Parts: sequence; structure tokens; C-alpha cells
Amino acid sequence: MPAKGANIQVRVRTVEAPESERRERSDPSGVRVLAVDRAFVTRRGQVAALGGMSLRAAPGEIVAVVGPSGCGKSTLLELICLLQVPDAGTVEADPAALMPQRDLLLPWLDATDNAALALRARGMPREQARAAARPWLERFGLAGFECSRPAELSGGMRQRVAFLRTLLAGKPVLALDEPFAALDALTRLEMQGWLASLLAREPRTVVLVTHDVEEAVVLADRVVVMSPRPGRTVAELEVALPRPRHRTDPKVVALRERALEALGIRG
Amino acid sequence: MTAPAQSGEGALGDVLRADAGVARADVRLWNATFRLLLGWRTVLILLLLFGAWELYVDLGGANTLILPPPHQIAQALYDDRSLLWSNFLVTAREILLGMLAAAAAALALAVSLHLSRTLRAAVYPLLVASQAIPVTLVAPLLVLWLGFGFGPKLIVIALVCFFPIVVTTVDGLAAVDPDLLKLMRTFDASRASTFRHVELPAALPGLFTGMKVAVVFAPLAAVFAEQSGSNSGLGYVYEQAIPQLLTARAYAAVFILAAFGISLFAVLTLAERRLLPWAYEPRGEIAR
Repeated sequence: MPAKGANIQVRVRTVEAPESERRERSDPSGVRVLAVDRAFVTRRGQVAALGGMSLRAAPGEIVAVVGPSGCGKSTLLELICLLQVPDAGTVEADPAALMPQRDLLLPWLDATDNAALALRARGMPREQARAAARPWLERFGLAGFECSRPAELSGGMRQRVAFLRTLLAGKPVLALDEPFAALDALTRLEMQGWLASLLAREPRTVVLVTHDVEEAVVLADRVVVMSPRPGRTVAELEVALPRPRHRTDPKVVALRERALEALGIRG
Repeated sequence: MTAPAQSGEGALGDVLRADAGVARADVRLWNATFRLLLGWRTVLILLLLFGAWELYVDLGGANTLILPPPHQIAQALYDDRSLLWSNFLVTAREILLGMLAAAAAALALAVSLHLSRTLRAAVYPLLVASQAIPVTLVAPLLVLWLGFGFGPKLIVIALVCFFPIVVTTVDGLAAVDPDLLKLMRTFDASRASTFRHVELPAALPGLFTGMKVAVVFAPLAAVFAEQSGSNSGLGYVYEQAIPQLLTARAYAAVFILAAFGISLFAVLTLAERRLLPWAYEPRGEIAR
């Protein structure tokens, strides 16, 4: 059940290549990335991050994006969040909230205020924002730590606060940038299970960027495999397996192997 | 720890324990500040220095009119206590208000420079250049312009003190992680909202660092401003004492200023730890 302040906005924003017109639509469309090119100018000259990248996430679908380091995965998320504009192609997405790789919690705020940041950013008074965040903290296994500052939380807890902060932004699309990459292996496993059960209760359109193929297969409805830079889709794997999934399940293992093969890695 | 017999007792116990925790933290904070102000190592160094100084003068190393021994300075501190105290109050007021003006101006300027790229490009180099203009040149002109009163002192102190505060605050504002700014954008935060919730709090430690650097120069600036034209203050006492060969009194004035400078630094450190505890969170200590 969506809590107060976490209601989903259904306005759709569209960004096309600069010469195209900007459209506003009202039906939920998830995420559509079509033949997008994106390059950056660096000290070593022009670097093409994405070349002809396409991706589709239906509303409520969990799409994992895996690819080698530096294949433009983060760029893809920033395009979906409308933080960047494509050089060519179209990006069409419901409003999306970003969850960066590092938790980036504000050290001067306690867990509740950090979780409520998106509400405060929109101008909600502090007490109201805290009241809206509090029941969620309990549901996220953070009861008793509502008033702890980030320095007093473990890595897994910090990541959960960061995830809650993104969730409470109330956007239909969650853009998760390697959310568990900074965690130790055990905490990561625990958090993957936690995220799977959370998304079962709170369905959102999710674009999950990860370098962990197993994580992708366990969590996602579909796995998109990207090529090295300039990144584009080289394979798409449907993960039509019931949840909860176990990493030792032969079907999960087989899909993982297929994804690794598409990445050019043989087990 | 034994389990409480009743829930009421337990709750009360929690409150008391929490209180005791706060009290302990307070005591630790005060101890730390006191150590900063006058730790035993500092006292030892001072005793050695003063002892050497005393011996040097007593053994005929210097004329006592040029270098009075510490006991004469202590004597002057006591004998001239009412004169020194009343003039200290004048100088202390100049320093405190000058620092306040410097901090306010610096914060306003740092925020403007941060928010406007154009302004920053235009004004920052001038700001740096302004620090090359010797205050020795400006202070007498200010006296001619504004008279012997409080105004010129305030301006001179603020001029000397505001620059380090601007630099550290601008750096603090600019040091915010760009990913955090992207995050705020996806939360539909306005520029003002991002500034208020993210950038300004992040810059507060920088503001305090700048103030701690600046406060050390404030007494110097005050003395200089007073010497450029005034009829009160410790700088004035110093200026008057030297030609009268009351060297011990002049040194006494310098001692008071030094002690005041240290105290201000300690007070700022204490205030910073009280107001920004998150900037001092233990990050794990290295065993020795």
C-alpha cells in the first residue's frame, strides 16, 4: 500500500534529440530508450559512451542492465532520469528517481531526515516529512535507528536508507546504479533478497544497472546485456522464472551462463 | 546490566542513562577544550620559555627597558590592571564585532560567488588582489575619513579577517558531491531547495575553519587599527607606553591580546563541536 507522500506521479516527460519537439503524455509508458547515441568530450578527445543503445522497460517491469566496466551504464541511467540529453535517438520515460552507487547520505541528518530528503526537497515541512518516512523505516528493518546519523549505521543499513530516500521520491521509475556494489559479499546477498521481496510488495518500473550477472538474473524480469563502449544492447534474456529465485536453481545458473556468454566470458 | 524489574523503571533508566551519556560527552568536550586552551605540555613549554627569558635578562643579557623580564610584566599586569582591563574591553568589542561583520560579509559573498558563475569569474580575482593591498595603507586613510571612533577599527578587522572565511566557505560549497546534486535534481528539488538542504549545511565546517584561521589575525588587525588613530584600546596603551619607557606595560598588553586570541580560537572550536557534531563523528581509531 502506498504511504502518504509516496504516491505515484503519472505525468510522462519525454526528451528527444535536441532538434525534436518535446511532448507531454499522460498514459504511463515505463521507459523507452531508442537508438540513443551519447558522447562526451574529455581531455583525451571525444569518447562515445553509448552508440545505438535501445532499451524498453514496461510499467512495473524490472530490467537489469549488465555490461563491462565503462560501457555507458551510468550514462544510460542519467538519460532515463533526464539528467542528460541524447545526441541522437529518443528517451521517453515516466518520472524517474536515481539511486547512486554510493549511498551519499547527508552526514548531518539522521536516518529519518535522510529518508525524507525528497519530501523536504519538495517543500514539505520537516515534521510532516518525518512522519511520512517513519513507518517506512520500520518496514525497512531500521526500527530503533530512526534518529541515528549515517556514521552510526552499518553499510547495509545505509544502503537501505538510501533506497528508501529514492522510493519516497514517489516516482514510478527507479534508476538503480549498482546499488549493492559497495557492500561486502554477505551483506549484498542479504540486500538482494530484501530488494526482491520489497519490489514484490511495492512494484515499480526498475532499471537496475549492475556488474553482477547473478544479481541480475535473481532480481530482474529481463536482463539486457551491453557491449563494451560505445554501449549498445547485444543480448536480451527473459527471466521467466517464479520468485523467490535461488541462485543454485539450475535454470538460474543456465541463464547466468548465457548472460556471461553474451558478455564474452566463458565459465 | 540487569534487566529492569518494571517497564517504568526501565524507561526512566534509559532517560537517566541517556542523560549521563550527554553529561559525559559534555565533560569530555570541556576537557578537550581546556586542553586546547592550556594543556600541561603547553604550560611546560611556557614555563621553560619564561624561565630562560627571566634568566637571560637577570644575567645581564638585555636592558630591562628594552626586554623586561617576565616578573616585571606580571607586576605590570597587576599594577595596571584597571587601565588594562578598561582598554581590553574596548579592543575585545572591536575584535568580536569585527569578526562578526567579517563572518557575515564572507558568508554572503561566498554564497553569491557560489551561486553566480559570472560573479565568481568577475570578483574572485579582485578579492585575491584586495588582500595584496597593505592594511598599513588603508587604515590611516580610514581614520582620516571616518575619524578616531569605532568605525575604522571595525572595517580594518573585517578587511583582514573576511578573506580566509570566503575562501574556505566557497570551497566547502563547491566540494559537494556532483552525484548528490544529480540526485536532488531527480527529486525535483529547486536550486534554492538544493542549496538549503545540501550545499549550505555541507559548507558549515568550511565556514568554521575560515573563522578559526581569521580569528588569529583579528587581534593583530585591532592593534594596527588602534595605532593608526585612537584614544583607547590595548593597541593605544601599547603605543603610549613605549615612548614613556613603560615597556613592561606594553608587553602586558601584548600578553592579554595573545591570551584573548587563544581563547577565541578555543571558543570557536568548542562551538563547532557543539553545533556540527556530525563533522567530528568517530571514524574508527587506530590502535597505538
